[in-house]
Amino acid sequence: MWEYTDKVKEYYTNPKNVGEIENPDAVGEAGSLVCGDMLKIFLKIDKNGIITDAKFQTFGCGSAIASSSALTEMIIGKSIDEADKLTNQDIVEFLGGLPNEKIHCSVMGREALDDAIANYKGIEKKEETENHVICTCFNIKEDEIRALVREKGVTDIYEAAQYSKVSSACGKCREEVSAIILDELKKKNEKPVDKMTKTQLVLKINKVIEGYISEHLRKDGGDIELVDVKKGKVYVRLCGTCGKCAMSSMTLKNFVEKTLKEQVSEEIEVISV
Amino acid sequence: MEKIIYLDNNATTKVDERVLEKMLPFYCEQYGNPSSMHSFGGNVSKYLAHAREQVADFVGAQNPYEITFTGCGTESANIAIRGALEINKTRKHIITTKVEHPCVMNTYKWLEKRGYKVTYLDVNSEGELLVDELKDVITDDTALVSIMWANNETGVVFPVEKAAKIIKDKNPKTFFYVDGVQASGKIPMDVSKANIDMLGISGHKFHAPKGVGALYVKRGILLPPLILGGHQERGLRPGTENVSGIVGIGEAAQLAKSYLEDEGTRVKALRDELERGIVKKVFNAKINSTKAQRVPNTSNISFEYIEGELMLLHFADAGICASSGSACTSGSLEPSHVLKAMGVPFTCLHGSIRFSLSRFTTKEEIDYALSVIPPIIEKINGYSPYQKELKELKELRNF
Repeated sequence: MWEYTDKVKEYYTNPKNVGEIENPDAVGEAGSLVCGDMLKIFLKIDKNGIITDAKFQTFGCGSAIASSSALTEMIIGKSIDEADKLTNQDIVEFLGGLPNEKIHCSVMGREALDDAIANYKGIEKKEETENHVICTCFNIKEDEIRALVREKGVTDIYEAAQYSKVSSACGKCREEVSAIILDELKKKNEKPVDKMTKTQLVLKINKVIEGYISEHLRKDGGDIELVDVKKGKVYVRLCGTCGKCAMSSMTLKNFVEKTLKEQVSEEIEVISV
Repeated sequence: MEKIIYLDNNATTKVDERVLEKMLPFYCEQYGNPSSMHSFGGNVSKYLAHAREQVADFVGAQNPYEITFTGCGTESANIAIRGALEINKTRKHIITTKVEHPCVMNTYKWLEKRGYKVTYLDVNSEGELLVDELKDVITDDTALVSIMWANNETGVVFPVEKAAKIIKDKNPKTFFYVDGVQASGKIPMDVSKANIDMLGISGHKFHAPKGVGALYVKRGILLPPLILGGHQERGLRPGTENVSGIVGIGEAAQLAKSYLEDEGTRVKALRDELERGIVKKVFNAKINSTKAQRVPNTSNISFEYIEGELMLLHFADAGICASSGSACTSGSLEPSHVLKAMGVPFTCLHGSIRFSLSRFTTKEEIDYALSVIPPIIEKINGYSPYQKELKELKELRNF
């Protein structure tokens, strides 16, 4: 059961502004039936650019209905430019909060509004390919995730979540966020490896093992220890369930070695002792 | 909320007061430890033995010692599955279905990561298991086949007896585990006749309290325990016995057996009345698995173009408890894996509701449900962005 605020309950029990507007000045959509959430909004806008009426139709859960209804309440009487400044967080605050897993409902409201404003201004929705939103629950874009790696020294998704909550609600974007973090780490670490002293190299390898690889193996009841580094060869010991696992050679090549190659140097070879 | 119409008995059931009455003395009066040397404690073990006989009779076990008491259905499944693999070590292949309960499914996902190969059998659009596929997938390497007796979301009954025959014909070394949690108390079960090796059940699905389950293991199969400790439950499930719970599941099993006829007649009639009433009054309702053999208490209904959680919230406001395998309710955002496996169209997938009745459900309750559900659906239909599609559907179904 979800813990909904009284305001959310009020807004899904008796939502305001349900329906369609005939001859609307703008229409916006977000989501789809397949995803389980779909929202349409209809706007009436006067000649001064003020939203005089707004209605919605939503296929979705209680918080999706509440977010849609709240959105229409919030934008009626506002100018298009004022409405454009609203964020999904404003919708969440208006409702007195939403459960973490339901934040995406407010984001969907904001997306439908974007779509409606673009529709009103006659702008084709442009796909932001370079910097699109990765985590829709908290509206976090790709360059923000990359900045966390570069500027805050973030090395994995758990650290990233501490700074920005990224991936900590519905979790759908986890793989994508991890891939972006790895990619950025790789860029950040590019090539001064051959100029490193041996100690620097060992420290570097150990940081990746301790901070990332071991973290993942521990989730499955295993672990890993760095034993030695000699001439580009990294000697490790798999422990816990990994040590006994029939798949340990796969883990070693496809995960441990691959990660170290990506994050430290292409030259690395991992050997189990 | 004054009135509660509880139509979620596949989630859990009310403890029958006759069961509770038998349990109460074991809290403050006969609270001794059944393992004690003194008779104050030792006498309690007689009640455990009686409960074991009651459960053995309920599932059709030939010997009471084939029954082990556990903490829940999930624990029964884990002891059986992981134990069977432990004693069938050289084989690395498992067969199960695409529609198992998460307690079993997640165990297989975990085993897959540990080198096991798992084959998932399909169901058809009615939710019936394509059991003949078993013949083609069992190999010398198959350690275990695991099939649920009845599905928790649709109520469809799987042909476990036929499956057992196929398995034993193809590879007698393959163990057969049946998740009996949703069948128990709803249809007759006979593990001996069906030739099942292991069967898990959970007390709270048939009016025993939560926190007690049972596992049938056929005589001759010696499973290792999952947790280590003392001699209780012949070492398979160590730890001081949940005496009152075990007494409760025993009594509940005996009662459930005597209520099977009521389930098959009165409860089934109420379920059918609920379905007929909804289909008659709600144009965008579609009953799932009507052509399949189902347990008598379960109904799974898809409401097209509207979403499940919103319906449940409105039902709850009217005092009706039901549930949905769909997206938002269970904390996961994915729609039901059972309905997906059946190929239920995406227009229905997010709006499927499960109603599950019990011996305590009355005609008045069903009448009340039928008076409040249609107007709620009508209201929610009005929120949907798919007005055009809904209108077409209404015409198509001659409303």
